[in-house]
Amino acid sequence: MSEGLETEVKTNPQGDPITSAPEAPKAESGKGRKDPHGDAKSQVEVSPEYMFFEAPREREFITGSECAKEAVRRSNVDMSVAYPITPQSETLQLIGVLYGEGYVKEFYRGEEEYGVMSAIAGASRAGVRAFTATAGPGTLRGLEPIVSWAGHRLPAVCMFTCRVVNAPLAIQPDNIEIAYLLNSGMLVFHAENQQDLFDFIMKGFIISEKNDVTLPVGVCCDGFFVTHARGYCSMPDKGFKLPARDPYRGSVPVLDAENPPARLSRDAPVQKSNFMAYNIHAVWQQEVWAGVERSRKYIEKYMDGLLEAQDVDGADVLLIASGSAAAQSREAVRQCKERGIKAGLIKIRSLRPFPTNELRKLCTKAKLIVIPEFNYVGWLAKDVATAIYGFSNAKIVAGPHVYGGMSMPVEMITDEVECGLTGKKSNTVPPSAIMGVADPAAVAEFMKSI
Amino acid sequence: MELTKELEDAIVAPGPQGFHPPSAAELGVLTPDEGYGLKFGHVVAEELAMEAMARTMLTRKNATIFPGPLVLWNWNDHAADKARAVLELAAQLPEVLVIPMPDYRPKYPKVEPEEVINPNHPNLTIWGNKIEACIFIGVHCHYANLTLKMIRAGTNCWTSAICAEQGHEDAMFTVRDSDAAKIRRVTAVFKRVREEMGIKLPENGENVRFTGLQSRVHDGKTHTNPLDFGLSVDPESGNAAAFGHKAEHMQKEA
Repeated sequence: MSEGLETEVKTNPQGDPITSAPEAPKAESGKGRKDPHGDAKSQVEVSPEYMFFEAPREREFITGSECAKEAVRRSNVDMSVAYPITPQSETLQLIGVLYGEGYVKEFYRGEEEYGVMSAIAGASRAGVRAFTATAGPGTLRGLEPIVSWAGHRLPAVCMFTCRVVNAPLAIQPDNIEIAYLLNSGMLVFHAENQQDLFDFIMKGFIISEKNDVTLPVGVCCDGFFVTHARGYCSMPDKGFKLPARDPYRGSVPVLDAENPPARLSRDAPVQKSNFMAYNIHAVWQQEVWAGVERSRKYIEKYMDGLLEAQDVDGADVLLIASGSAAAQSREAVRQCKERGIKAGLIKIRSLRPFPTNELRKLCTKAKLIVIPEFNYVGWLAKDVATAIYGFSNAKIVAGPHVYGGMSMPVEMITDEVECGLTGKKSNTVPPSAIMGVADPAAVAEFMKSI
Repeated sequence: MELTKELEDAIVAPGPQGFHPPSAAELGVLTPDEGYGLKFGHVVAEELAMEAMARTMLTRKNATIFPGPLVLWNWNDHAADKARAVLELAAQLPEVLVIPMPDYRPKYPKVEPEEVINPNHPNLTIWGNKIEACIFIGVHCHYANLTLKMIRAGTNCWTSAICAEQGHEDAMFTVRDSDAAKIRRVTAVFKRVREEMGIKLPENGENVRFTGLQSRVHDGKTHTNPLDFGLSVDPESGNAAAFGHKAEHMQKEA
């Protein structure tokens, strides 16, 4: 083939061919041309209750990032700011597609995560519904503005597709970054799968914007396992969308830099620490966490509770997990039952607020609690142990843990159940990560029964 | 008062509660559901919360209404109507003070307690006027909550919050969803309780007492009739309605 006959191949900056490059628009007379925003314009607002509980749903087999896109499509989002942190997740590229289709009203790429998170703060403070996503080092780079969102009482949803935090640099899944978010004052939900991700994002907007909450929501998932893998997701028709944010119902005035009285919000003491008494800062922090507490009733209403309990009644062993570890634990429970072990699962959906009272009730009679996690530090085990201290005599195994991108074989979990019950030495969990000692006589009796 | 037993059982008890007491939410008190109010941290029928507000405002010293930006500013027609309703409420309370919270900026170099109350140091206005009972109305919820926490910590003032949204757990008494219609229901309860207690209003209608500063501004007059303040909305004036803040955003019952 002669050189002159070769078609031009468009490439990205790395030299890879761009196969999905759109064709240049052809000149048209204008007649019969489809409005690219037509479908978005024809969306119908429905109540959150209808969207979440009544609207017919259709099931699709899609990636977590595509689930996030579909959630945003139906969430009446005004603004999204991107720093895509490819290849961790394609979520924000897909939000860009939504912008092109008119489902998201404003969209641009920030310079980096600090700028992105600051822009989200500005958008939310101005009264619009805002969404962004980040991961790993991006989360940490954006952490200062992220942590300021709660104090500014800014409703927004940020998706954290958890990945390794360097160094060493890697893009594999590991949810250590959630440890940094737990004390930020934002609500933190942890999605187990694609369906959770879809639901938590949409419900997150509604909970975030409740007047007595008025706080940001972090929707976390374990990168790759959820974002890149496909799973079934049931979704309402894309012709529906949630009601728009009503900024005048927030617990703080929206920012309008030109028009009083709203402009007064910029003069609030949040940025005037040199003039603030210690007392106002102290009660301000109390108020942020009071907002977290007030969100419980909305999480109950819209998310069916802060946790999900499966086969807990009469269980000797409880697996407590969140995110992808819940999926592995679900299978571990099944395998334990095949061995005659009475095991149950507690999947924690909401890490902040934390289901303290629920756990105290559910863990009362357990003999052994195993808490698998996809991180080194075991942030969930620490929260669980703190919550149930004095309310349960169970031995608590803070593990098994995998991190740095490792997957968690189900056998790692079932082995810990066996070790926990028999006293056999664990190959995975060090003695220092085992809290409490179950009654040896009870363990012996239990062993006779299986 | 007949509140001794209630005070013993109070979760959100009147102050001063100390250097840095836990918030009501930390004590397990959360905002009430629709149709209910809070009384000392316990959920009660909202009528009972209204009655408790009335008795408190009619019996404790230097009772004060603190109107906030949501009724002081001309957001829309309903905000103006709410402002009228607040004046009608004030008209039921003999010797009541009215001190505004017009915005949320800290006041420098010091607050003038006879002029305003401010959410960053509300205790100064409470102390400065020796206020032992108060009602907050029209304050954005975040700032109302800051204020209520600080007052409960450091003063002996019994707090009430008439809230347009979900109510305030840090107030001793609160009702929620308070649009102009509900404020007028509160006023009717205040009138009934006042009459049951045999407390009369001044015949000339001048029941609102000026602070010292307010008196100086009004040529030495000591009292005023709150219903004499004509509130009219100039349709040509700029207001937040132009930016989407419509009356229906504020209306719940009417």
